[in-house]
Amino acid sequence: MNGETIYCIKGSSENKIIEIAGLHKWFGDLHVLCDIDLTVYKGERIVICGPSGSGKSTLIRCINRLEEHQKGKIFVDGIELTGNLKNIEKIREEVGMVFQHFNLFPHLTIIENLSLGPIWVRKVPKKEAEETALYYLEKVHIPEQANKYPGQLSGGQQQRVAIARSLCMKPKIMLFDEPTSALDPEMVKEVLDVMINLAEEGMTMLVISHEMGFAKSVAHRVLFMDFGRIVEGNTPNEFFDNPQHERTKLFLSQILH
Amino acid sequence: MVKSVKNNIQTEGLKAPVIRIGVVKWTKANLFNGVFNSILTIVTLFFLYKVIPPFLKWAFIDSFWLSTAEQCRAGDGACWSIIPANIRFIIFGFYPHELHWRPFVAMIMLVSLLLYSKNRDHWKKSLVYMWIAGLFIMGILMKGGLLGLSSVESDQWGGLPLTLMLSFFGLFAAYPLGVLLALGRRSKMPAVKTICILYIELIRGVPLISLLFMSAVLFPLFLPEGLTINKILRAQVAIIMFTSAYIAEVVRGGLQAITREQYEAAESLGLNYVQKMRLVILPQALKIVIPPTVGILISAFKDTSLVVIIALYDLLKTTRSALANPSWMGFSPEAYIFVALIYFVCCYSMSNYSRRLEKELHA
Repeated sequence: MNGETIYCIKGSSENKIIEIAGLHKWFGDLHVLCDIDLTVYKGERIVICGPSGSGKSTLIRCINRLEEHQKGKIFVDGIELTGNLKNIEKIREEVGMVFQHFNLFPHLTIIENLSLGPIWVRKVPKKEAEETALYYLEKVHIPEQANKYPGQLSGGQQQRVAIARSLCMKPKIMLFDEPTSALDPEMVKEVLDVMINLAEEGMTMLVISHEMGFAKSVAHRVLFMDFGRIVEGNTPNEFFDNPQHERTKLFLSQILH
Repeated sequence: MVKSVKNNIQTEGLKAPVIRIGVVKWTKANLFNGVFNSILTIVTLFFLYKVIPPFLKWAFIDSFWLSTAEQCRAGDGACWSIIPANIRFIIFGFYPHELHWRPFVAMIMLVSLLLYSKNRDHWKKSLVYMWIAGLFIMGILMKGGLLGLSSVESDQWGGLPLTLMLSFFGLFAAYPLGVLLALGRRSKMPAVKTICILYIELIRGVPLISLLFMSAVLFPLFLPEGLTINKILRAQVAIIMFTSAYIAEVVRGGLQAITREQYEAAESLGLNYVQKMRLVILPQALKIVIPPTVGILISAFKDTSLVVIIALYDLLKTTRSALANPSWMGFSPEAYIFVALIYFVCCYSMSNYSRRLEKELHA
């Protein structure tokens, strides 16, 4: 009953970057995460899928403490997540997050959005931060939008800016919370392409997504969650071709038509 | 079929229909369309005819501008002469007559600094230094006692400089305090939250007049004997406390309008609380609440006239004192119209500027 089952890339203990053990979380009486164990290794790419309300978002939001867990332990890059604000901020510096609705800062230009974190958190000089920002904007193929405001960009462009904003912090881990599900269909590909590039560079990624093509081509491991548990975790090939649990089979039959 | 629909859309889209009608047609269509509206139009026109020409006659044609009070009494028109004759007292109150240039220069400085600050391109660090230097010089001009300027005690201050001072410091101290109170009210720390709620609700539950009375009467009771705090300062503190509570509630509304996602995006970048609020949340929240904030600032500006009740001579009080002079008694409409104009110019510039700022920030 956990995702630890079989697969891990270079599974030595020094390579662990996220370690979650016995994690529980409740929203009021609702048990949203139930006894989660998950270890993520450096450079590993995990795609998490599952029905809505299964706890996928909550799980990755626990990793940078946007949600507080009530039981169990989470270590990120060797630091345990507790109420300690200093530790939380330190972990958030190293963990980038991309949201479903982009969440760019509407009152700042694109380049200001990108350089805000480096300037204030990493204390990088403004000029250097802006150079980094431009570098990453080019990587996501929209350097010409640098001085516009988020509201002037399309959804796909905004999401690419959001990815670049996280990358400007030079994070060790990237979390993606349904990055393409709020996009118009023709914009999904441009965002996925950016994510694939990122994967090829060896970024550690946790992606909540139902883009199964993406999972097949990029993921080392696919996890299926339901009712706050990791029901099944496996390599993409095994996961899609040979699902073990009835619940997984049902889910796959529904999303793959 | 599809093609024809498309063509239709295109031809229709080429130009919008031009609607132009003449004055007569417009009048007929808007003022005399039906019996009731026609009657209403006629009654209104009759009323305007009865009111406006006599007013213009009183205010401009029969009026006296630079005469003595006796000449005014002989005529029927408005006696604007009361204003030039008393202008220095109305504007400067009991400030020593031969030193009026000092508050005058101070006011000019304040107004020019405000006008200069209107332009957002000037919002740089140098502006802060300009304000600090400017306020310091204004203080010296008003108070004296330095650089060979003779000292003028603050109980001789009055009129327009006093009104401007009370409102300027009232607004500029109340605004940041109000923002802090709003943040405190939404704080997760129970003690901070309770204190802020208590403060806001207590202050808002009390009229400004009673706060002013308290500051004048109650406050000195708590101070050790011999130590007195300047009356103007006490009134100033009361105004700041009062205004900040209202600003706090408006700002809280703005904070609630910012979605949780903005907070999360800022947090996930690793920004700490102060950075998150200063760089991400407040710029958005404060922009949303510009209109209601300016509403509060305008009413706070006008409320400074309540300081008369603790015997401070603000602009309105000096005007009334000028009217109490037997030779000018009975010319109050003229004097009040003049003062109203001063208040109006100030308030209108504030609301005008707020609209401009809103537009500029709407990018």
